[in-house]
Amino acid sequence: MEKHTIPVEAGLLLAGTLFMLGLLSVLIRRNIIFMLISVEIMLNAAGLAFIVAGARWAQADGQVMFVFILTMAAAEVSVGLALILQIYHQLKTLDSDAANKMKG
Amino acid sequence: MLTTFYIASAIAVVSTIMVITRHNLIHALMYLVVSFLAIAVVFYLLGASFIAALEVIVYAGAIVVLIIFVIMMLNLRAESVDEEKEWMKGGILIGPSVLAIVLLVELFYIISNVGMTGVEYHDLDAKAVGLSLYGPYVIGVELSGILLMSGIVGAYHLGRQKKKIVHRFLEKVEE
Amino acid sequence: MIELLWLIPALPFTGAFILITMGTRLSRTLVSIIGAGTVGVAALVTILIGLEFLSSGTPSFNQVVWNWVSVGGLSLPFAFHFDALSLVFLFVITFVGFLIHIYSTEFMHDDPGFSRFFAYLNLFVCSMLILVLADNLVLMYLGWEGVGLCSYLLIGFWYEDKKNGDAARKAFIVTRVGDTAMAIGLFMLFDAFGTLNIQDILTRAPELWSTGSQAVTAVALLLLGGAVGKSAQLPLQTWLPDAMAGPSPVSALIHAATMVTAGVYLIARTHVLFELAPVAQQCVGVVGAITLLLAGFSALTQTDLKRVLAYSTISQIGYMFLALGVGAWSAAIFHFMIHAFFKALLFLGAGAVILLLHHEHDMFKMGGLKNKLPVIYWTFLIGSASLAAVPFITAGFYSKDAILWLTFAGEKGNIWFFLAALLGAFITSIYTFRMVFVTFFGVEKTHVSHHAGTAMTIPLVILAVLSLFGGFIELPHTMGHVELFSEYLSPVLPAVSLHEGAEHSEWTIQLIAIGLSLTGIYIAYFFYVKKPELADQVKQSLEGMHHVWLNGWGFDSLYDAILVRPFVFLATINKADVVDRFYSMIVWVSEQFNRVFAKAQGGILRWYVMGIVVGAILIITLGLLL
Repeated sequence: MEKHTIPVEAGLLLAGTLFMLGLLSVLIRRNIIFMLISVEIMLNAAGLAFIVAGARWAQADGQVMFVFILTMAAAEVSVGLALILQIYHQLKTLDSDAANKMKG
Repeated sequence: MLTTFYIASAIAVVSTIMVITRHNLIHALMYLVVSFLAIAVVFYLLGASFIAALEVIVYAGAIVVLIIFVIMMLNLRAESVDEEKEWMKGGILIGPSVLAIVLLVELFYIISNVGMTGVEYHDLDAKAVGLSLYGPYVIGVELSGILLMSGIVGAYHLGRQKKKIVHRFLEKVEE
Repeated sequence: MIELLWLIPALPFTGAFILITMGTRLSRTLVSIIGAGTVGVAALVTILIGLEFLSSGTPSFNQVVWNWVSVGGLSLPFAFHFDALSLVFLFVITFVGFLIHIYSTEFMHDDPGFSRFFAYLNLFVCSMLILVLADNLVLMYLGWEGVGLCSYLLIGFWYEDKKNGDAARKAFIVTRVGDTAMAIGLFMLFDAFGTLNIQDILTRAPELWSTGSQAVTAVALLLLGGAVGKSAQLPLQTWLPDAMAGPSPVSALIHAATMVTAGVYLIARTHVLFELAPVAQQCVGVVGAITLLLAGFSALTQTDLKRVLAYSTISQIGYMFLALGVGAWSAAIFHFMIHAFFKALLFLGAGAVILLLHHEHDMFKMGGLKNKLPVIYWTFLIGSASLAAVPFITAGFYSKDAILWLTFAGEKGNIWFFLAALLGAFITSIYTFRMVFVTFFGVEKTHVSHHAGTAMTIPLVILAVLSLFGGFIELPHTMGHVELFSEYLSPVLPAVSLHEGAEHSEWTIQLIAIGLSLTGIYIAYFFYVKKPELADQVKQSLEGMHHVWLNGWGFDSLYDAILVRPFVFLATINKADVVDRFYSMIVWVSEQFNRVFAKAQGGILRWYVMGIVVGAILIITLGLLL
């Protein structure tokens, strides 16, 4: 393959944009599952930033970090979905505003 | 290569915006898969072929599928789409958008100030990742194992539904 | 042998510890053995150490038991200093204490709190021993507080009766006032010397302070304040008559022989400071003189047998203070030792009488016990004779005579002290023999139920023997000139120097003293045996004075008016707790804040995420700007 250079700024900007979009989605959504999906988007964007950084320095460290993030996201999704199941069972709705007994 | 990169990133951004704005859960998840695939392409372009494969297998293939299964288990009614429309009325976007845009602007500012060089294409394949992972970062591997273990145990325990068990004699009396 | 010094306080402490933890589970006999036995063995050790000390001739002995406090420049070891003065006190405390313990085994036999009593008594003996053996002032203060505590516990021993608890509290609070003065004195001493070791202070004091300087006068007056509290002298004497609410062995041990003499010990031990502050020493004498007269007049009017003895104790300690005030150190200690013997004897005898007459305290309801209770009568008579200083045969005569002589002839003595002491001696013999005649002579008004056992009579007999023959170790110049006691104490307490040409009048003074004491006995006989109606007539004609003297010269009412009433008044108006309002206000303010901030927790998840995002923006902005 011929040598090419992808500007690092472009990669980081992409990661940043995706992160913002995920953040926006977390803020405006009431459905819990959508919040979870948005968190996944944010995690993926953070991982992208790591890969870009690792590729810039030509080290495998960035990819190693991404593997860890992946593991953590997987564990988090499984536990989070189990919790969502319980919430749905208790409250009969997926509205996150319904789970407000800890207010005040 | 550069054009491929720009196309893939555009697809990623667009599909993410679609994820954000859908009312139907399953539709949103479909767009999410597309977004992940686009990101996988970007990873490949950056030389991380192993990670690209992982992204597709684990993220798009396992996590999203898990979410789809759970949605299926929830047995949502058709009215849930209408509820979603109800919740996502117009004015809701203003405040968060402002915050997100401010943050994005700051990010742009920081990144552009630093002034970095381009990324040359280096092929860091699975072997390099493996050597690094099981070399200096082996403790992270152990910790990830523990994390996954706790995830499994937690998911099992939290997902259990405890039914109220009534004695069969009493059941008959109720009827 | 002298290395076993630490055993002397350790034994009663062990006894107290065992009895406190396990006393109620042990049999009466075992409790008696532990309680009296520990003090008995301590007495034995004291005697052995004393014999060795007397034959060896070394002036003092120090023993460090352990290092108690060692902070910065302050080093306070738990150490004992043993010299001639300590030996006298040790002997009195352990020996008289042992006799009183034996007496108590029978006196308190039917009391349900038997083991508690012995536990407290042992603890008291341990504290008092620490007080006299302490080599630094803080350890002495520890013993001081310990005896105060045990005094409180023992006065209020029968706590079911509220009066006893009140008397105990009164004793504790009044002595506390004195203790605070003493503590301030200790602070000043530490500030000046950087150490609280007694011997160090006594050797360095003359170098640091000149005679009559303000600092040393202040320190001496503060120490006097502490002594006054513990020894029930003016103005803190109000607690002792009420302390008679405790059992009689307690009155004998604590309020006659030992605790109340702690003040005398303190002043004698720190005599160098008092010598450097003549004003303070004069005050000691004045306090002693006034107190002995006050208490003497009060004792003339009392009807409760133990109250007569209480006022008598106050008066006799006034004599000791008077002796200290004129610089007659060894005479004061001599009088202390003899007083311990006869006053303990009198209290134990009074206790026996009261017990055998079914707890009848009023003297005027007793009578005719001379033939019914012979042993008690004879021992009581001997004790009273010693108290009244009946000439030549009693020990009291020699000790009191020494004080009378030295107030007249001593360098710091003056005529007023002498006249006060003389008048006091006269009154002493009157009230003492009034007590004897009313209690033991005449018609029997209350029936005697049974007789005292050996455990009660043997200590009485031993103390009677000591009251008779204990005085022969210090005879005045005119009667044999034996100076064993003052010579023995001379390394510690300096001898007193006399006026010019005063030696010649010694015979005159002695004759006056003898005459007064015999006259007093005759007056008591006349008024209470021959013509009791005359006594009532005199009482009626002096009704007002009688009332004042009966109530201790009105000190109780005075303190009630100036101290107790205002305090109760302030406490009542502060019922709404004005000062506490301020702190409740703080609580109220934080509650309001809580209410406001709690609204930020709406329970809506999105708001929380918004909070995180806003925070992140703020931090990044700050990072960019700075």
